[in-house]
Amino acid sequence: MEKTWNNKAWFMVLPVLVLVAFSAVIPLMTVVNYSVQDTFGNNEFFWAGTDWYVQVLTSDRFWDALTRNLIFSAIILAIEIPLGIIIALNMPKKGLGVPVCLVLMALPLLIPWNVVGTIWQVFGRVDIGLLGRTLEAIGINYNYVQNPVAAWVTLIVMDVWHWTSLVVLLCYAGLVSIPDAYYQAAKIDGASRWSVFRYIQLPKMKRVLLIAFLLRFMDSFMIYTEPFVVTGGGPGNSTTFLSIDLVKTAIGQFDLGPAAALSIIYFLIILLLSWIFYTVMTTSDAQG
Amino acid sequence: MARINLNHIRHAYGAKPKSENDYALKEVHHEWNDGGAYALLGPSGCGKTTLLNIISGLINPSEGEILFDGKDVTHLSTQERNIAQVFQFPVIYDTMTVYDNLAFPLRNRHVPEAEVDRRVKETIEMIGLGGWAKKTARGLTADQKQKISLGRGLVRNDVSAILFDEPLTVIDPEMKWVLRSQIKRLHKQFGFTMVYVTHDQTEALTFADKVVVMYDGQIVQIGTPAELFERPRHTFVGYFIGSPGMNVLPVKLDGNTATVGGEHVGLNFLPKVKAGAKTELGIRPEFVSLGREGMPVAITKVEDIGRHKIVRARFADQPISIIVDEDGEIPADPRVTFDPKAINIYADSWRVGEEA
Repeated sequence: MEKTWNNKAWFMVLPVLVLVAFSAVIPLMTVVNYSVQDTFGNNEFFWAGTDWYVQVLTSDRFWDALTRNLIFSAIILAIEIPLGIIIALNMPKKGLGVPVCLVLMALPLLIPWNVVGTIWQVFGRVDIGLLGRTLEAIGINYNYVQNPVAAWVTLIVMDVWHWTSLVVLLCYAGLVSIPDAYYQAAKIDGASRWSVFRYIQLPKMKRVLLIAFLLRFMDSFMIYTEPFVVTGGGPGNSTTFLSIDLVKTAIGQFDLGPAAALSIIYFLIILLLSWIFYTVMTTSDAQG
Repeated sequence: MARINLNHIRHAYGAKPKSENDYALKEVHHEWNDGGAYALLGPSGCGKTTLLNIISGLINPSEGEILFDGKDVTHLSTQERNIAQVFQFPVIYDTMTVYDNLAFPLRNRHVPEAEVDRRVKETIEMIGLGGWAKKTARGLTADQKQKISLGRGLVRNDVSAILFDEPLTVIDPEMKWVLRSQIKRLHKQFGFTMVYVTHDQTEALTFADKVVVMYDGQIVQIGTPAELFERPRHTFVGYFIGSPGMNVLPVKLDGNTATVGGEHVGLNFLPKVKAGAKTELGIRPEFVSLGREGMPVAITKVEDIGRHKIVRARFADQPISIIVDEDGEIPADPRVTFDPKAINIYADSWRVGEEA
């Protein structure tokens, strides 16, 4: 199709640009501003250059938190994506079961983060929580306040419970868009259950899976509320993710400079990783 | 290839059909020849796809049995029946290449790879996608995709039958013609038993040796295109086939004279009609001639469609269509005559024969 260029079209995007400027660009620039200056209060600022960046990037605290983030996201993706696909494949395609399943699946998504955190915090407590008491009773050493493994398991189980539904719903949307004729043709071609999944269902889910993957990566990488509510970053620093570290630095210690530098680095990491995932997945898609 | 017998097949989608009307497909009892090209023709919802799916094994009929070459296959799966089917919308495995798409049904059946290669290469030539083997199937046009669907059937050279479920629906008009003649050619060349479902009479008439016309869940006529044209067994066949369809006029019969309004039409045979039946006279627009002699008509509209004109008129207060040659004149005081050889008489919508 012939493309026509009309520079007046830029005015059409102007309102959005203004909104984005106020909601994102200006706050971000403020943070950039903080990250290159030092202050001792009184609204007096001194030029600090890249000092804060160097300080953050050379601290063990940063690398440890980043490592925790990466491991957490990897585990979350490794569980939620396959689990979401399996559940979506087994959901009914028609009849009364469809709305029932969809509502059940959507329920966890409707609960606010801090409420989810509180639910699990109480649920897992060794003194009064159903889960904590039960595990204790059958002799499993479970105490998320003292045991780092228990704390991690709690966070992961909680996240899986909260967010697998999102993957399920996206995959389900991809699956129901496949016409019956595909399954019939596969039957006629003598395809096995695995071939049907590999050559019909998976290709049709590819796009939604990419979205699910990116959303789950970004969300899990930015996780804050749940560990804040449940473990507060502990025991020790075992669940101190970058976001928790950031808040501790900024609000707990009021080190605005390092906190701002950390925010910028954090932002760039998410941007970079998302871009890499997106590029890798879409190019493999194009090669087919 | 196989001869297909449909023995007293009936099908209802509901669990417990109570009356005849609960059956989506009313009783079908026919034998279809090995290597024949059949078209199932009828309007949407007439049961033609149901019948096709019963043959392919995607649906189990509520009653009756189906035989391939005399062997009962009623309870066998599609795969065991060894059927190939081409669907309305092209089904391709879009992550695979054209080659792998065609190899897929063979590999699933554990055919040795050398044999797969030989047959796939042969099939690619047959469907005219020679240079495309290594291309991903995703980027192809609708007609190429549909050829691949067909190819996945052809590649299994032992298929019992190839079934087509309105395969040209999404194909561009000029490609429809090409694809249809290609299917026809493959049929002539290799003698596959083919069953082709369509609601397009042109497709059915040009494709098939025998056209099976379906209406309201039953087969109303199986015949060659010429038979359907000249001797429609049911007024529906008359309407549905032909453009415009057959003129059907309610008449009173008296011996070999049919009376419509005040006009008398002489018949060249004595129709055998039960008393009390609703009687009608059917005549195709091609066999009505317009001139200065005969019975008077009032012309309402003339449609010039190039090769000929379609004259819409009222005859004895009934609408009637007449086909007039492109250069045929339309007189000021128009009258019509019916070709007696082309007149069919219907009683309760079914064609009646001659009194013995």
